[in-house]
Amino acid sequence: MSQEMSGAEIILKALADQGVEHIFGYPGGAVLPIYDEIFQQDKVKHILVRHEQGAAHAAEGYARSTGKCGVLLVTSGPGATNAVTGLTDALMDSIPILCITGQVPTHLVGSDAFQECDTVGITRPCTKHNYLVKDANDLARVMHEAFYVATHGRPGPVVVDIPKDVQFAKGKYIGPANIQHKTYRPRVKGDLATIREAVELMAQAKRPIFYTGGGVINSGRKASNLLRELVRLTGFPITSTLMGLGAYPASDRQWLGMLGMHGTYEANLAMHECDVMINIGARFDDRITGRIDQFSPHSRRIHVDIDPASINKTVRVDIPIIGDCGHVIEDMIAIWKDRQPALDKAALEAWWGRIRKWQARDCLRYRKNKDIIMPQYAIERLYALTKDRNTYITTEVGQHQMWAAQFYRFEEPNRWMTSGGLGTMGYGLPASVGVQVAHPDALVIDIAGDASVLMTMQEMSTAVQHRLPIKIFILNNQYMGMVRQWQQLLHGNRLSESYMDSLPDFVKLAEAYGCVGIKCEKPSELDDAIKKMISVDRPVIFDCRVASLANCFPMIPSGKAHHEMLLGDDVPDEEIEQSVSAEGRVLV
Amino acid sequence: MDATAKQGSGTAPQQPASAYFMESRKQAPETHILCVLVDNEPGVLARVIGLFAGRGYNIESLTVSETSHEKHVSRITIVTTGTPNVLEQIRAQLERLVPVHSVADLTVIGNSVERELALVKVTGKGEKRVEALRLAEAFRARVIDATTESFIFELTGKVDKIEQFIQLMIPVGLVEVSRTGIAAISRGPEAMKL
Repeated sequence: MSQEMSGAEIILKALADQGVEHIFGYPGGAVLPIYDEIFQQDKVKHILVRHEQGAAHAAEGYARSTGKCGVLLVTSGPGATNAVTGLTDALMDSIPILCITGQVPTHLVGSDAFQECDTVGITRPCTKHNYLVKDANDLARVMHEAFYVATHGRPGPVVVDIPKDVQFAKGKYIGPANIQHKTYRPRVKGDLATIREAVELMAQAKRPIFYTGGGVINSGRKASNLLRELVRLTGFPITSTLMGLGAYPASDRQWLGMLGMHGTYEANLAMHECDVMINIGARFDDRITGRIDQFSPHSRRIHVDIDPASINKTVRVDIPIIGDCGHVIEDMIAIWKDRQPALDKAALEAWWGRIRKWQARDCLRYRKNKDIIMPQYAIERLYALTKDRNTYITTEVGQHQMWAAQFYRFEEPNRWMTSGGLGTMGYGLPASVGVQVAHPDALVIDIAGDASVLMTMQEMSTAVQHRLPIKIFILNNQYMGMVRQWQQLLHGNRLSESYMDSLPDFVKLAEAYGCVGIKCEKPSELDDAIKKMISVDRPVIFDCRVASLANCFPMIPSGKAHHEMLLGDDVPDEEIEQSVSAEGRVLV
Repeated sequence: MDATAKQGSGTAPQQPASAYFMESRKQAPETHILCVLVDNEPGVLARVIGLFAGRGYNIESLTVSETSHEKHVSRITIVTTGTPNVLEQIRAQLERLVPVHSVADLTVIGNSVERELALVKVTGKGEKRVEALRLAEAFRARVIDATTESFIFELTGKVDKIEQFIQLMIPVGLVEVSRTGIAAISRGPEAMKL
């Protein structure tokens, strides 16, 4: 049954009918009717941010930690353009978010009106899909379609741009049950014959490896459980991308740690030496593969992905399976159990033997220091003191992010929020706001760097206003550490503009925001300081002063393959510099 | 071939993009005709063209028009050049756009007909004028406008026929050409699925 209501009412009704409890936003001229409607209802709670980029990352954190669609609401013009970084971030990492943008009234569109921008034009390449709604009668359908598109298939950001006159105009409301998308029906079930072929290949493997990614987490909790079952059933080793951490428990014996540019020695060498690679929900990103023409030269490859465009994009695969990870793994398990394959036990044992040797290399080893906090040590201690709690971790981008991925051990999916594809400095603080909104009783920690955190620092004010006790754990080395590391390795140690001069006093800054500041400089005081941070029921900025020149290893230098990775403890900088070819130097 | 619409050609990479060198650069580029059925909603053409520009694919020719008014379906015919890997990517990337119903690579399917229409303006007097008319007749081009010193010819055919006609018109007084780009359809009773 359809009802007449205003565009703004339709928006709020659609949000409520889609089960949205929280939205992140910032008001402005072109969304005032929607804000008026927000004021007059209590189903959807609005979290006021301090910058639209923060709203987008908060919506991402909310989505990533719950598996639901995150929602943000911003005004026209600068509101929309400020959200673009977050939209691009969500596109690269396949995070479902819906961004409602206000637009100038229909009759002013195209006239360079105040706070006008071509929102659908600007956001077309950085969203999965976008809409400009010109008729209030279309609004309900578009809203429900937008949720459908954002959350089905490979998830991603969707923008709905709504001119102000459409927000006032009356239109018919239809519920979400009556919507069927005309064109978009992604395939969920994998082709059974191909899955059988894949299982056959796995059964004959002598040196297999599972390489899993964010797709498993996007597929939902069940997919992670199924992955665990499949991996244990086969007894094969498993590694995962940055985005996939937590789908498989890090404490398990079959777990090799993260792979890729700063992945573990054992994971990268196993990828290089394997004969059967089972990629589930990962996309052969360049941070993972290293040099493509020397990538895993002896393997036959299975690739499970819901997005057909990810198949054969950069790396050719032998058995592509298009479908949702969860469904495909379920079918793999059923076929495996049915077939009861006789594995080549001797070969697999020898394979594990080699892997255990690589593991014995202890690639994440670092020199401990009594007087200075090593960044790795800080994360090890943070992990030890928070692992038995209900903890969620977000990060910014840089060295601290890689150390967090290496040293914080994730046992469960949806506990790890990081900007992988786009590499957005400033992601972690607002993302932690989003996570804390979704999980008010959880311990939410943003492992941050001193440079990144300043990019979205204003959201501390959001945390204080909404009583979100997020913990900002800054590994403060007074550098843009990863930039400096590359300058050391690639540019003759000329540290061009990578020193963070004039950093604020983070403790005073915390106090200025009305939250708690903690500073720690000595390894001996670290545990107590972390415990204090955890016990405070308010937002905390933790200024953890760490060794300023520590670098992040292992590392695959740009333009190199997996087996050419550098380990940190024994290589002088000059040698590392020489190890990067002129060709590799131009790469990012 | 003159391009009706050109996007990202020239410096565009011929291989699937990877930051870390492609496996093989040995594949030779091929020219294919893609037919894309899309929901005719605002911005859909921008989406398709933006995809080509953003990912560095070539467009050699592009033709678009609504083909079913009741269903609001438009048909886009794109002629593009790339290695087989790139062409496979283009197809997958097009299919992934939300308003796209279906994509067909007519060159892979084989057995299709393709036509282009050109309007060709020629000026001249005396013997050149007669020569222009004679050539037009040989190519079955129709005169659709004439003044005492000019003709406009309408010519339909395969691309190379049109190319050849234009080349011949240069010495007899070619001044302007307008071309539609290629429209193509597969032979036989089957229709492209929506």
